[in-house]
Order: sequence, then structure tokens, then C-alpha cells
Amino acid sequence: MTKVMTKVKGAILAPFKKSVEVVARFSGKHISPILEKLAYLLTHNFIYRNKESNVVLFSIIKIKVTRRRREHFYGYMFISLWIIGFLIFTLYPMFNSLYLSFTESYPHLTRGMSTTFVGVRNYINIIRSQDLIPEFQKYLGKMVLSIPLIIVFSIMISMLINQPMKLKGIWRTIFFMPVIISSGPVILELTQQDAVSLPSISESGAIGFIVNNLGSWIANPLEALFNSLLLILWYAGVPILIFLAGLQKIDTSIYEAASIDGASPWDNFWKITLPSIKPLISVAIIYVVVSMSLYVEPGGVLDQAKMHMLNGGSDSALYFGYGYAAAISWVYFILMLALMGIFIGVTSIRRKKVKRWN
Amino acid sequence: MELNKSLFSIQKKQKAKKVLFGMHTTDGLIYRFVLITLLISFSYIYLYPVLFMLVNSLKSVDDLLNPGVRWVPTTLEFNNYQTAFKVLDMPSIVFSSTWYVLKVSLITTISSALIGYGFAMYEFPFKKLFLFLMLATFILPPQVLMVSNMTVFRLLGIISSSKTMTLPALFGQGLNQSIFILIYYQFFKTIPQVLMESAEIDGASQLKIFFKIALPSAIPSIVIVFLFSFVWYWNETFMTALYVGGQVTLPLKLQAFVDSYSTLFQEGTIGARLNEAIKLAGTMLTVLPLLVLYFFAQKNFTESIDRTGITGE
Repeated sequence: MTKVMTKVKGAILAPFKKSVEVVARFSGKHISPILEKLAYLLTHNFIYRNKESNVVLFSIIKIKVTRRRREHFYGYMFISLWIIGFLIFTLYPMFNSLYLSFTESYPHLTRGMSTTFVGVRNYINIIRSQDLIPEFQKYLGKMVLSIPLIIVFSIMISMLINQPMKLKGIWRTIFFMPVIISSGPVILELTQQDAVSLPSISESGAIGFIVNNLGSWIANPLEALFNSLLLILWYAGVPILIFLAGLQKIDTSIYEAASIDGASPWDNFWKITLPSIKPLISVAIIYVVVSMSLYVEPGGVLDQAKMHMLNGGSDSALYFGYGYAAAISWVYFILMLALMGIFIGVTSIRRKKVKRWN
Repeated sequence: MELNKSLFSIQKKQKAKKVLFGMHTTDGLIYRFVLITLLISFSYIYLYPVLFMLVNSLKSVDDLLNPGVRWVPTTLEFNNYQTAFKVLDMPSIVFSSTWYVLKVSLITTISSALIGYGFAMYEFPFKKLFLFLMLATFILPPQVLMVSNMTVFRLLGIISSSKTMTLPALFGQGLNQSIFILIYYQFFKTIPQVLMESAEIDGASQLKIFFKIALPSAIPSIVIVFLFSFVWYWNETFMTALYVGGQVTLPLKLQAFVDSYSTLFQEGTIGARLNEAIKLAGTMLTVLPLLVLYFFAQKNFTESIDRTGITGE
């Protein structure tokens, strides 16, 4: 009886047994390695792993860790902030605005920005514009006249401050103060109240004389220069400190040696002082050009660009939108760079060395 | 006897000459006198706008119209300041703009320190290129990029919030931030590498070394960077008005002075006419917080240039 029972049992269970065997074989062959891998991944770091002085990335890329590579990695980690920011907030906007300057584009409510490529039409429109060209001329005239003035003034002041005397700090404090307080609205307010030109200059009639007797191309910038002379001198705050730092670096023994050789102060200035602060002149020029260009006059070039950007629309007849604004700011930037290049080029020309017979 | 007398007088003469003209050209009394006079007159020219502002803000209407009164007002009209105080909505605007500027400048200070430390302490490929690009961004005025920056900020959904200022500052692209990074770079280069190495051997992580060793030793640089970014962000109005919008800072409030005045003092009421003295009092109040800051921290400001290392060590 029992024999029969077992046989029946076996006959019934045989297919199950077989299927279990198949499943077991299948899982042993295919599933369990996957599960094992999953378990391994869950207990180990998949993305980043340290293994016998190797770093394993994504379980595939193996990098041998050396001291140099570690240093590279940490360096990049620290400046990654800057790299990301440079890509997002500087490099991309640069190329994007360059592209936009060749298009006519307006912000669109649903699509973000509607752009149509127009080639160099924006730039041609700038050259034709009756509002912009005088502003560009004004900018160039102001820069060309005032930068040499600022540089000479700041060299002079820094040499005066550098003389041995008591209470040196007071003078430095006085001449640096404008850097602290000059902001757009404050400057505008002072300009409106006529506080930025010396009354003795404006009352002397010298400006009237200049305007009446010179051509308008030079008279207008000169008049503008005299009318805001003090504000322009305010830009000398930082250059004075730059030159002062340079002057303090000059070894006084050079002057002593020169005076033993019978050099006059005049010789000292041209032969010792100026050559040793010459590299700083370029630095000061860069600083002054940039900081003067950053000041946005109401109605000036950048202010107009802003108006075009904010008020432009496909139905607007007066304002031409983002593309035109981008083109204006690029022209402005290129002019600024050109000015900087010209001034640095002029100041760093070297005189031909006199041939010497040894 | 005669000879002696004449010799004596010659000696006296020489002594007087020595005092007046000095041994060299640079240490006589006359030289000193000329120097001080020159400096005083130049600083008068330099500070003329500030003096003008100070004096005229205290003038009454009669004094403003009287051409005979230039430097000394007949009466000190402190009411001008009272009015300007009210128009500028003073205590609250100072608080809000300080809060905004403090936020931006603290972020600038910390992120510049991180970046400057990375440039100064580690060697990595393309470091020279990155340093060059970092310094070159100084030449690129943010106004040139305003068009696309508006698009970027709109994409990020942060337009007209203070994040438009804090995010670029966090990523090292804030106002004049290349100067700040340069200041930190110059400072961290002077820290001996041995210090870091010994901390590393003791098992400190790189960030821990930065916060525990590098930053505490960099406090003079931190102060300078913080002060400058505070002042520059306080004074920046064009971009703040464009990106953040509204009247977040005191200078922006000053820009809208006439409008706020006319809403505060309706036409036909007492004191409806806005005169120059009140406007100048408003300007004076605008620069006052910065002047106070400058008064306490002037040494940090004037020593900043040496720390950029542009003179070459």
C-alpha cells in the first residue's frame, strides 16, 4: 500500500520537482549573479570606490591615485565654484549676447524669446543712429582727455604724499575717500547742483573762450571735462594708492647713489622714479578705463541700451529690443578695449637704446 | 677780532640757509611749507564737492538765494535733514539695504576665499589659463553682459530677487570679484605649505584645513575683501535696479528722491517746494553710513592695494 502511495505521490510531484529544479538551475545561473551584484552595489558605493590605491568610478573607470592627481582633484574642487560660474554667468552670456546682437529679438510671453536673424543690421543701425553716435563721441572724448589727466594727477599726488613727513595717513585717507562715497545717484545729484567744477574755473570765462575759439570736435569734450573736472579727479583715488605702493617699493639707496653722482630731483624723477613705476601705469590705466566705463550716465550709451532692452517689442517703433541692446553693448565694450590698448601701447613704448661702445 | 666776527656771521648765515633750504633739496623748511601747501590745496580741490554738499545742506532758503553766502551759512537749518530723513524713510531703508548688501558681500567674501585658496594652494592642469581668464573677467564690464544675463536669470527664474546678485557672487562672478580672488590668492601663497602638510598627515580633510588653518590666518584679507565688497555693492545702482528692481538700497532711494518728496508733501501743503538744500541733505544722509564705515576702517581701505600684490614681491 505504501509503495503504491509513494508511486502516486511521485507521479503527482514529478512535474513540480522538475520545474523546481529548472527554476533552481536558472536562478543559480542567471538571477543570483544579478542579485549578488545588486547586493554588492547596495553595500558598496557604485559611483565612487577606493580599492588598493585606485579610485573606481562607476565600477568601470579605474584611476590610479597618485599624490599629483590628488592635488589636481582638490584644486579643481576648490575652483569648481568659479568654473561653473564662469561658464554660466560669463562665457555663455558672452556668446549668447554676441549671437543676439546679430538678431532681432524680443521676449515672448510663451516661447521665452523670439529671435530672427538679421545679420549686421543692428550694427548698421547703430552707425546711422542720431541718438547713439553723439553719445559714443562724448564717451570717447571724455576718456581720451581725462585718462592722461587722471594718471598724471595721481602720479603727482602720490609723489607728494610719499615725501617724508608727519601724518602721512591723513593724506591717504583724504584722497581715497571719493572711492567710498561715489555712487551713481550721488554723482548725479552733485552734478545737478553744480558742485563738481571749481567756481573759479567756471567764473573765469576760460571755458567760454575755449568753446568760442576751437572747433566743436575738441571744444565739446574740453567743456565737458572742465564742467566735471572734480568728478574726473575722483577716479584718481585708487591709482594714487597703486602708485604710492610702487613708490614705497623703490630702494632709497638708489636715490642716494644718484645724488652722490650729482643728479638733480628732475633727473631722479625721469631716470629712477618713472621707470620703476612704469608697469603700474598700465595697471592704473586698466583700472581707470574700466571704472570710468562702468559709470552709467542717464541718457548715455548704456542707459540707452537698457531702454532698448526693456521697452523693445515687435510693435515698438522707438525701441528695438534685446538684439539692438546687445549690439550697443558690444560696440561699447570694443571701444573700451581699443582705448585701453591705445593708452597702454602709448605709455609702454620704449625709447631706442643708445648704442654704447664697450 | 674783525675776522672772527665776520666768520661768525657767515656761520650764522649758513645755519639759517641750512634750516630753510636743507642739506638736500628735500628737508628744508621752505620745501616743507611748499609741500604742505600743495597738498592742502589739492585736497581742497578734491574734497570741494563734499564740502559744498555739507555746507549747502545746512543752508536755509534765504541763504541759498543770497550770493553773498558761500561757505558760512547765517543759520544752521537742521530741518533740511529732518525732512530728508523722512523722505528717504531713513531707519527702515538703512536696515533693509544693510541686510541686502551684507548678504551679498558675505557670500562674496567666502566664495572668493575658497576660489583664491584653490588657485594658491594646488597645482593642476590649465591653472595658468584659468588664472588668466579669472583676471580677464575684470575687464569685462557686467553691463556688457546685461542682455544675456537677463535671459539667464529669467531661465533660472530668479529675476527681480536678490538672488540675481547672490548667485553670481557665490560662483565667483560678482562685482569686481576678480580683485578679491586676487587678494586671497596673494595672501594664501605666503602661507607655508608645510603647515598644510602636517595637518594632512594628522588626518584633517582639505576643507577642514581650509576652515581651521587657512581662514583664521587670513583675517586681514577677509576684512579688506568684506569692506570693499560691502562698499561696492552698496554703491552699485545700475545693475541692482535692473536685476533686483525696486528701491532696495539707499542710493536707489536717493535716485527716487524727488518722487518720494512729492508724494510725501502734496502740492499746496507747507514745505511743498523741494529746494536744493533738502536734496543735498538727502545725498549727505546717503553717503553718511559709508563715511562712518570709512572713519572706523580707513586703514584697511588704504592698505588694500598693497595686498593685491600688483607691485610685485
